[in-house]
Amino acid sequence: MNARKWLMLTLLIALLSVSAAAAQENVVVRWWHIVTTPAEFPVHMEQVANDFMAANPNVTIEITSLENEAFKERLATVMQAGDPPDLFQSWGGGVLWNYASAGLLRDITPELTADGGAWQNSFSAQAALNLFKYEDGYYGAPWNFGAVGFWYNTELFEQAGITELPATWDEFLGVVQQLKDAGITPIALGQKDKWPGHFWWVYLAIRTGGQATFEAAYTRQGSFADAPFVQAGELLNQLIALEPFQEGFLGQTYGDEAAAVGNGTAAMELMGQWAPGVQRGNSTSGEGIGDKLAWFPFPAVEGGLGTPSDVLGGGDGIAVGVNAPDAAIDFLKYFTSAEVQATHVEVMGTLPTVAEAEAGVTDPLMQTILGFRNNASYYQSYYDQFLPPAVAQAVLDAVDGLFNGVLTPEEAAQSIEDVASMEL
Amino acid sequence: MSSIAGQRFRVLPPQRPAGRNRPRTTREQLLTIGLFVIPGAIIYTLFLIWPIFQAGYFSLFKWNGLGVPTDFRGLENYVQAFNHDVFQQAITHSLIITVLSLVVQLPLALILSVTIGRKLPGRMIFRSIFFLPYVFSEVITAIIWGFVYHQNGMFNTIFGTIIPGYEPITWLADRNLALYAVFAVITWKYFGLHMILYMASLQQVSSEIEEAARIDGASEWQVLRFITFPMMAPTIRLTIYLSVLGSLNQFVLIWVLTAGGPANATHVLATYMYRFGIKSFNLGYGSAIAVIIFAVCLIFSVGYQRTIMHRDYAGAVE
Repeated sequence: MNARKWLMLTLLIALLSVSAAAAQENVVVRWWHIVTTPAEFPVHMEQVANDFMAANPNVTIEITSLENEAFKERLATVMQAGDPPDLFQSWGGGVLWNYASAGLLRDITPELTADGGAWQNSFSAQAALNLFKYEDGYYGAPWNFGAVGFWYNTELFEQAGITELPATWDEFLGVVQQLKDAGITPIALGQKDKWPGHFWWVYLAIRTGGQATFEAAYTRQGSFADAPFVQAGELLNQLIALEPFQEGFLGQTYGDEAAAVGNGTAAMELMGQWAPGVQRGNSTSGEGIGDKLAWFPFPAVEGGLGTPSDVLGGGDGIAVGVNAPDAAIDFLKYFTSAEVQATHVEVMGTLPTVAEAEAGVTDPLMQTILGFRNNASYYQSYYDQFLPPAVAQAVLDAVDGLFNGVLTPEEAAQSIEDVASMEL
Repeated sequence: MSSIAGQRFRVLPPQRPAGRNRPRTTREQLLTIGLFVIPGAIIYTLFLIWPIFQAGYFSLFKWNGLGVPTDFRGLENYVQAFNHDVFQQAITHSLIITVLSLVVQLPLALILSVTIGRKLPGRMIFRSIFFLPYVFSEVITAIIWGFVYHQNGMFNTIFGTIIPGYEPITWLADRNLALYAVFAVITWKYFGLHMILYMASLQQVSSEIEEAARIDGASEWQVLRFITFPMMAPTIRLTIYLSVLGSLNQFVLIWVLTAGGPANATHVLATYMYRFGIKSFNLGYGSAIAVIIFAVCLIFSVGYQRTIMHRDYAGAVE
């Protein structure tokens, strides 16, 4: 071959590789989130994506915004088909670990630990980050973590003559009775979706059993049929016997629940830090109950092994699908950075996972929850996400059985143990 | 004439011993048949037969649906299913819906088709109205009915206005009521289909015979009972078949309306499979349920076609 031919060939190869590189540079990141209401929240999500795309013109972020229940069902289907989105909503815990163990997620440990662990160490809520850790790898990162507690209507509480917030379960039952006596629906619940009701039983189990009981059952040293779990059902039955929920709550959704509080027709709900936004989004006025909304933590259970500073919480993170391009991780890093989390706080009232953004939390209610979260003596993530899917579904069904009065506390605890003994 | 005969003579194959000739033609025919059948057969095998066998295979494993199944458990999933009280309830609910469909939905459709099928002025309008629900998607139907049944929804509002002292009914939250509330939606959705089929069949019933019966002094009921309905029998048998299979496979309406709740009071076979198979990431178990549903449908389908519907295929009218 002569020199000219070599030159041509070299040029050709160079040309091909340049075009190949150009093709590689244009990447698409598929992102599924569940921020749908109120209207300004998904707009903010789009804004964040647009800002990132403006700074990285080669990246296109395709957003799919799904309602919570629809998201869970669609995700289960694509996961079983082995085709995860690049980035998607995740609460961490057993459900996520299930995906990680099946090789459906991308390990982002190299990016987290790069530069001496700059990204990893930026998280003040390390417990939250650890929900995204499976064995030695990290598969996602949190951006909104808080606590479940009571959101209540101060005006309705005043109407019922309640002067002191309940510190114990017995006092709480008294408050419920007082509201009922005043002709006010004490509690809103959307039990068709099952997970809102499971907060009640889980929080009671955290109070009756504490960290040790749950960890024993989870690691199979103990059992979900142990006394504290049965007792949680018994305590919940005390509440159910008062009939404190809005009419028809067994067939209504979380949206109905939020609407009942947001419209001021029910006095309280047991819900996570996202509740105010959803109340606004589902209320007739679009405003919720405004400054009449206040918050108090879950009361103590006398004689229980848990302490009042044990927290049931959790929140939102983003997990990374196995086929995600590097740009997806760059975007996640951007999304969880202090500057961007500060905008989440400003627009959506989130509880940020990095210390620098915490200063932006100015809403006093949110500050309370933030303090509660940061000072938790034991931070337990929601059972329906923390436990493997089959056990999680068993918990949802068992608690649903209690609310419907078809299971005794013993049967409810045993039905969870039956599945746990096979799955854990 | 002669040229045609000559042509015809020419295309006849040369005289050969029949024994040598026949195999070659058969081979050509087989090739032709094969070429036509193979594409369909491949698609049919790939998307119908293969998944059935695959489900049968998966049903022998404890498998979360992610990766490859390895934890072989034999028939454990089947034993577990039949011992699960919720599955037993789901079977009962499926049977209730099937029986109710047969005794409520089909007679309703039959009566309406006879009423508006022929003489009524403006029957086109009625036909469109009654058929409309069938045209809606199932999800939309379920969401609309969710509003209708809601605590502050249409039913409770209307009844509260016209009935003094009316206590709002918790339609979908009442364990004793929810299944029937769901069944009412199923009826609303599907009776139109059966009605249209009956109306089409009614066109085939000769009015001369009915006329003759009337002249002979038969009452309207006797005409229906002894002339019209028997002549519609093939269609009635077909709608029973469609109705039973439709009831056994009911999923979307129930899932969107109640998701099987409250406390499993409205689970049917398909919602049970979805809840305890796919949502619980227990695909091995879900496959076992799928195989059971398939077996039930297959047994019914084959049994019904062989004993009841076989005469319809010959075009017989009774």
